[in-house]
Amino acid sequence: MSDLLYSEVEEDLRASVRDLLTDRAGFTSVLARTESAEPYDLKLWRTLAADLGLAGLAVPESLGGQGASHREVAVVLEELGRSVAPVPFLGSAVLATAALLAAGDRELVPRLAGGELIGALAVPLTSAPESGFPDGVSANTEGALSGAVRAVADAPVADVLIVPAAGPDGPGLYAVEKAAATVSDVVSLDLTRRLADVSFDNASSRLLASGAEARSALRQALRAGAGLLASEQVGLAQRCLEETVAYLKQRYQFGRPVGSFQALKHRLADLYLELVSARATARHAADTLATGDDDVPVAVAVAAATCSAVALHAAEESVQLHGGIGMTWEHPAHLYLKRAKSDELALGTPGRHRAALAGLVDLPPA
Amino acid sequence: MSTLTADDLRTRVGELLAAHPPASTDRLDFLRARFDAGLAWVHYPEGLGGLGAPRELQNVVEAELAKAGAPDNNPRRIGIGLGMAAPTILRFGTDEQKRRYLRPLWTGEEVWCQLFSEPGAGSDLAALGTRAVRDGDEWVVDGQKVWTSVAHIARFGILVTRTDPDVPKHQGMTYFICDMTDPGVEVRPLRQLTGEAEFNEVFLSGVRIPDDNRLGAVGEGWKVAQTTLMNERVAIGGNAMPREGGLIGMVARTWRERPELRTPELHDRLLKLWVEAEAARLAGQRLRQQLAVGAPGPEGSAMKLAFAKLQQALTGLEVELSGEDGLRYDDWTLRRPEKVDMLGRGPGYRYLRAKGNSIEGGTSEVLRNIISERVLGLPSEPRVDKDVAWKDLPR
Ligand SMILES: Cc1cc2nc3c(=O)[nH]c(=O)nc-3n(C[C@H](O)[C@H](O)[C@H](O)COP(=O)(O)OP(=O)(O)OC[C@H]3O[C@@H](n4cnc5c(N)ncnc54)[C@H](O)[C@@H]3O)c2cc1C
Repeated sequence: MSDLLYSEVEEDLRASVRDLLTDRAGFTSVLARTESAEPYDLKLWRTLAADLGLAGLAVPESLGGQGASHREVAVVLEELGRSVAPVPFLGSAVLATAALLAAGDRELVPRLAGGELIGALAVPLTSAPESGFPDGVSANTEGALSGAVRAVADAPVADVLIVPAAGPDGPGLYAVEKAAATVSDVVSLDLTRRLADVSFDNASSRLLASGAEARSALRQALRAGAGLLASEQVGLAQRCLEETVAYLKQRYQFGRPVGSFQALKHRLADLYLELVSARATARHAADTLATGDDDVPVAVAVAAATCSAVALHAAEESVQLHGGIGMTWEHPAHLYLKRAKSDELALGTPGRHRAALAGLVDLPPA
Repeated sequence: MSTLTADDLRTRVGELLAAHPPASTDRLDFLRARFDAGLAWVHYPEGLGGLGAPRELQNVVEAELAKAGAPDNNPRRIGIGLGMAAPTILRFGTDEQKRRYLRPLWTGEEVWCQLFSEPGAGSDLAALGTRAVRDGDEWVVDGQKVWTSVAHIARFGILVTRTDPDVPKHQGMTYFICDMTDPGVEVRPLRQLTGEAEFNEVFLSGVRIPDDNRLGAVGEGWKVAQTTLMNERVAIGGNAMPREGGLIGMVARTWRERPELRTPELHDRLLKLWVEAEAARLAGQRLRQQLAVGAPGPEGSAMKLAFAKLQQALTGLEVELSGEDGLRYDDWTLRRPEKVDMLGRGPGYRYLRAKGNSIEGGTSEVLRNIISERVLGLPSEPRVDKDVAWKDLPR
């Protein structure tokens, strides 16, 4: 039976990450940055990744990491979800690192874990764990890559791209330096997690894994990504609920705090209820990922399907219940809404995860 | 709290089984011995069926006993006793009361019912009007209770009464243990929409209750009742279950066994509910883990709400999924069952009975009020009844 609570160590970790983010990623500065020339806060990233060692949390100590587990990574993601801090944690510390670890890499992992390099996994952020191996990029016998991938998360600031490509002998996972690729930033719906379209024209690369190993590495990375994104969504939903409750307590209309109207209280109670369930599924996914339990595929699909919907519901309620102010650019609600909506598409929509479950738990379609 | 470990408990279960082999021991004798060994509810105090051990270790005991084929205490039938009466007696009872009531309650020898709701006081329990008037060492009780589950087989009832009508409604209440065999207690079946009469009307006329049967102080009945109600909500939402335990398992099985009934739309709904059931199961597990480390979260009310919503959606889907059979009902004859038997009846019964899940033990609307006010801290509705004496309330 998995442990669904937070350990003391995890709570300590949460407290230090939250302190840092409160200090350095307050809402006004996050919003200001989205309109600046540097939408990512790379100074904050260095503090998180290098000084606090969070980029290598789930990386073994022998590879330059902290030797913790996905449970702790999940806690960091909850806090990042709470603050929608613009740092490439998901792309580098989660997706690229998981792919590299699964592929048995020993060169890049320590550099990503130490925060020296930022990585990105060159798949569309919409890829689900069961999507199958992509073939938009192909590799020739010399390992030169050609082709294109759209909507790669955190690629605008990546130093190295981990690219699944169709090689001469089947699937292969390749590492490409940013300079060898064309990375064009796109205008992302989510202002705090940026995307880029990436293309390769005979780009030189290094083969990391091939065949079944490459396939499995990609699936494992996407699965870890989807399972851990659930924790980011829990943190986001929790923050939206807290902010909305606080606002409804102090906003007066009709001579009463609007939060005393039962129609609103019941909607918030329902949201709380959803959050209780979402947190349990996210914790279960993180715990099974940490222990390498057989239940990982089901746990991840359940968490992904649940938490996506809950985060989006929380963000949408937050905009609605803030009234006119919720519709303004100055108010934080929209940053959460944009993250939540993008997260719903990221790493498999709830519908795709449910469809995957149908196969996993033997509930065949009509 | 003691420092007992899972292994200590396994040893104690082993000793119990050796001294009272289930195969050759009378069921009741075994249950009594189990109680006396402190293995009934391990988190209760020693001498009262427990060992003062962490609550979570109960699972170890249950698993070991199930493995050995030991008889259980039929918890469904005695749910009100176990879930509500016992924790209230433990918290507010005298030593004498604890010794008298807890053992036969746990073994199921004595069934308990809950005499709270009245025709004029349901969600607003504090409005209740059943009078108790002191007469020497006794109280004389007059009034009517309603929707009292299993009153027809109950030996005792937990009873809340009005002892002072001149103060606001939350004051002036007193809590008793009512002997259901007393003259003056009349139980009449109340048929419900399922056809059966699982609950009853209870008329109390000149019932004499000794003061020794009072739980808590005179006038403090509301405080005592709160303990009962909080435990009720946790009890309703919180059983440990394997994946696909409960109703989702039945629906999933029907889906697997009857491919001809499948449609894409039903598949969609089934998968959504499967995920919801799994999420609710994990949330229940998380709540129990919180309780076990002594940090009970406010999730109890949430679990009860989630449970009701899920049961209703699942049973609705199940009827639809049953095709022609969904149009039939298993039995409309008036019965007075001893327990709610969700799994032992047909889909139509389950659909109808599940409608009670969002009413019994506090309606879903009232639970939402509790969550929004006590968990989220939102302001309460303006109150018109707070400072008015009970007798002057509009009704
Ligand atoms: C199957 C079953 C078994 C039961 N067993 C027992 C038992 O063993 N012992 C016992 O004492 N009682 C029992 N009950 C009674 C149960 O506790 C009450 O029915 C319940 O508390 C609701 O009270 P009511 O029926 O008077 O409805 P009312 O309180 O009259 O409610 C009517 C409607 O108004 C809504 N409402 C009421 N107040 C508010 C509010 N403040 N805000 C928003 N909406 C509100 C309710 O949600 C409901 O929809 C049982 C009920 C059922 C269905």
